[in-house]
Amino acid sequence: MSTEPTVQPPAPGKKVNRIGLEPIAYRGGKTTLCAGCGHNAITERLIESFFELGVDPTQVIKLSGIGCSSKAPAYFLNSAHGFNSVHGRMPSIATGAVVANRKTIAVGISGDGDSGAIGIGQFVHLMRRNLPIVYVIEDNGCYGLTKGQFSPTADLGSTLKSGVVNDLPPIDTCALAIELGASFVARSFSGDTKQLKAILKAAISHRGTAMIDVISPCVTFNDHEGSTKSYSYVKDHDEPLADVSFIPYFEEVNVEYDPGATTEVMLHSGSRIRLTKMAEDYRPTDKMNALRLLHETMSRGEYATGILYIEPDKQDFIDLLGIVDEPLASLPETRTRPGKTALDEIMESFR
Amino acid sequence: MSVTASAVREGFPQARPERVVNDFAIQVATVNGSGSQTANLVLLRSIFQMGVPVSGKNMFPSNIAGLPTWYTIRASSKGYIGRKKEVDFLVAMNPETAREDVLTLPPGAAAVYDEPLKLEALRRDVTFYPVPFDKLITPITHDAKLRRLVRNMIYGGVLAKLLSIDMGQMEKALRKQLGKKEKAIALNMSALQAGYAYADANLPKLDPFAIEPMNKTQGMILIEGNVSAAIGCLMAGVTFVGWYPITPSSSLCESLIDYLKKYRKDPETGKATYAVVQAEDEIAALGMVIGAGWVGARAMTSTSGPGISLMAEFAGLGYYTDAPAVIFDVQRVGPSTGLPTRTAQQDILSVAVLSHGDTKHPLLLPSSVSECYSMAIDAFDLAERLQTPVFVMSDLDLGMNTWMSHPFEYPKKPLDRGKRLDAATLARIGEFARYRDVDGDGIPYRTVPGDGLPAYFARGSGHNEKAQYSERADDYTNNLDRLARKFETARTLVPKPEIDMVRGARVGVIAYGTTHWAIVESRDELKAEHGLDVSYLRLRAFPFTREVFDFIDRCDRVYLVEQNRDAQMLGLLKMECTPAQFAKLGSIRHYIGLPIDGRSVTTELVKQEEGR
Ligand SMILES: Cc1ncc(C[n+]2csc(CCOP(=O)(O)OP(=O)(O)O)c2C)c(N)n1
Ligand code: SF4
Repeated sequence: MSTEPTVQPPAPGKKVNRIGLEPIAYRGGKTTLCAGCGHNAITERLIESFFELGVDPTQVIKLSGIGCSSKAPAYFLNSAHGFNSVHGRMPSIATGAVVANRKTIAVGISGDGDSGAIGIGQFVHLMRRNLPIVYVIEDNGCYGLTKGQFSPTADLGSTLKSGVVNDLPPIDTCALAIELGASFVARSFSGDTKQLKAILKAAISHRGTAMIDVISPCVTFNDHEGSTKSYSYVKDHDEPLADVSFIPYFEEVNVEYDPGATTEVMLHSGSRIRLTKMAEDYRPTDKMNALRLLHETMSRGEYATGILYIEPDKQDFIDLLGIVDEPLASLPETRTRPGKTALDEIMESFR
Repeated sequence: MSVTASAVREGFPQARPERVVNDFAIQVATVNGSGSQTANLVLLRSIFQMGVPVSGKNMFPSNIAGLPTWYTIRASSKGYIGRKKEVDFLVAMNPETAREDVLTLPPGAAAVYDEPLKLEALRRDVTFYPVPFDKLITPITHDAKLRRLVRNMIYGGVLAKLLSIDMGQMEKALRKQLGKKEKAIALNMSALQAGYAYADANLPKLDPFAIEPMNKTQGMILIEGNVSAAIGCLMAGVTFVGWYPITPSSSLCESLIDYLKKYRKDPETGKATYAVVQAEDEIAALGMVIGAGWVGARAMTSTSGPGISLMAEFAGLGYYTDAPAVIFDVQRVGPSTGLPTRTAQQDILSVAVLSHGDTKHPLLLPSSVSECYSMAIDAFDLAERLQTPVFVMSDLDLGMNTWMSHPFEYPKKPLDRGKRLDAATLARIGEFARYRDVDGDGIPYRTVPGDGLPAYFARGSGHNEKAQYSERADDYTNNLDRLARKFETARTLVPKPEIDMVRGARVGVIAYGTTHWAIVESRDELKAEHGLDVSYLRLRAFPFTREVFDFIDRCDRVYLVEQNRDAQMLGLLKMECTPAQFAKLGSIRHYIGLPIDGRSVTTELVKQEEGR
């Protein structure tokens, strides 16, 4: 059955954003995920972030692999093009699409199985290329769509509903992404509305790969005692690095923070991220520091959340390719088919 | 004159009375990595420059250095450029294989060999020419590394003398081969001259083979299929290339990269009007191509069998999402190690239906370097017109070997970007539904990000006309039926077969790709030696066009000749035949890792005809 509803006409007097669009313009089809699934909360935060930043939804492309998480692109930004591809291969679709049309803002939605298992090869190489994309892993430590098997991010010793114990160590996608060259790496929790939204907004404003691992409990298969990716476990073991606030460039907001207690990072777009000091003075531009923190918190069974690492000025893949400013996809024949003299010259070289 | 040489002369029973002019095959047996390629190409090119039709085939191991390699140069006054089964003139440089190389020569053949190998005792019916390569190379250079490299050029000189190949042409060919490297040219020239002088003084001509000038190559070029396909992609206005290296397809993307660098810089900004991404594997390569095609780029990849297997899942996704993609399959022998550097037509069946689910793909079947070029252009047009992955089925023989051709023509038609929605069309059709068959040809209209037109959500099997998620039976069936209609449209758009219907002939042959060259020769043999006239249809694409079935109807018996074990193309054809057509079909198959030759076809066809 077709499930995508038609967009309702806006009610009078509703709030609009910077580019005059109402929140409804950022919504998508009705979700078919389980009620309470962490993935739905992430979808909501994406809608809010795009709305609040005033991004033109027709500039966005939404990409995903396969899984419950990968269904999410159908539930936001209806007027954006989308591609729900095959399991674990979203990174390659994204790479082709973004390179062929550099004007698009790409959002990739993946799962921990999608990126950590079948798609780890493509995940690794996308991070390494620093392709401009907001790359969200909706991390529930299990395979939702195939009904609850362990995924590679399941923690050592966590159990399945059936009682099966995971005896392999997890892959930390954040540590991996930092190591590989992603220029914006964050972790958050689907239940942390404020932090997740601030991170997503910063990620959308970042140029390069913004990889966000969002712990997103699977209420149907992995939200029980013994799961380290359940709502209750994460709430108890979430260690926010800092209080993230994102200041978009165009708003020129001056938030009053005590300078001594904040770290500020300027993004390429001119936007700024402010991390208010919490437990320690965290510098997100220090790679070694980020990796050390991840290892330390992991060994305590805790999740460090927040923006873990950021390198705002790193060249992205598009810069490296040295391509023209216009989308390659829309170049006219006059610019892509060499003239007859070129062919003649080539033929001459084989005589 | 050395003692050995005169002994050999006495040992030779009887010299052939007639000269064999411009109709023989030279085979150079060396060790790979020994730098024989320059010498071989200089020989090939010199004969070509003398106006004699030639072809060059490299049989090389899957190895970087140290394993046996055979390079065959065939001169053919009649213009046959397929493989010739027998070697007439051997250059035995490889101690490992020399014995067998000599023992398999036909009677009356000749062999130049490295003197210490002492091969002359092996045969009494072969003319031997021993050459002391090491002695000859010593005065030319003191550098041991260079010695090894230019040593091979000596046999070039020896052959020039023995076969009357013009030394002026040899020098010209050498210059063409080495470009502006004057030092290297001088060094190689002295090796050539040393070989020539040695043969002149010590090797009296005892074999019948000779090259004489003709005028059959005027205005022609010598080129490999992969390079030709690359030029086709360049001229097709490719904007995205995603690839993963694999023999025998790598040189396609590698030459494309060279051409793109040269010819596709934006004149104003100096920036590239294309992007090339070396992917992490073939799965990613095709994923990138589909992603790029989905946003509207002309995107391609090239690979061989193992890569095709990895691409299977994405090929199906491309089919079900109506995404254009161009994939070159430069076919080689089966999986993994062993014969990956040998040629075959073994991916036909698997590529035609590549992926899971009901899937079929258009295949283009080039048989010449000029078709590698023209079908590359066709492939991009068809991929965008049909909004589907299109495969160009080349093979190692075509892709990596050197072929003569007329120069390629500049494309006459503008690029066909297919059914892209625009405001006017939208007004005409009223509403955009991505997968609605508005025109009845199975091809829907499409939009791309950034075109200001309505967006859609691409996904696999479960969607309705509006690209919305659906698991309804009617939505699924409607879409599959539309895709089938689209395949029928493809049938009318793909290149038509080339047909030579011989009046009164009852037997017909169908072939495709490089098998063509063996058929050309075999038909002449069948006519000359057996008085058998054979009609011929050369397939140029799948799906099969109407002409193919008409051809079968007009013959009593039809042999489909191909280079695989399981008669793969025949299998595809049988799926669409009437029972009467089915009953007429026979098969001739060749699968030894070497290109098929005319003689093998003749022998097998005659055998099957007689055994009827
Ligand atoms: C090639 C392939 N193998 C297996 C599957 C089956 N499959 C579908 S979703 C999935 C796991 C999804 O897990 P995850 O990525 O963590 O997403 P979640 O459903 O938990 O959000 C699997 C194994 C598939 N679709 N394709
Ligand atoms: S099965 Fe789990 S992951 Fe899938 S929708 Fe339900 S709660 Fe979410």
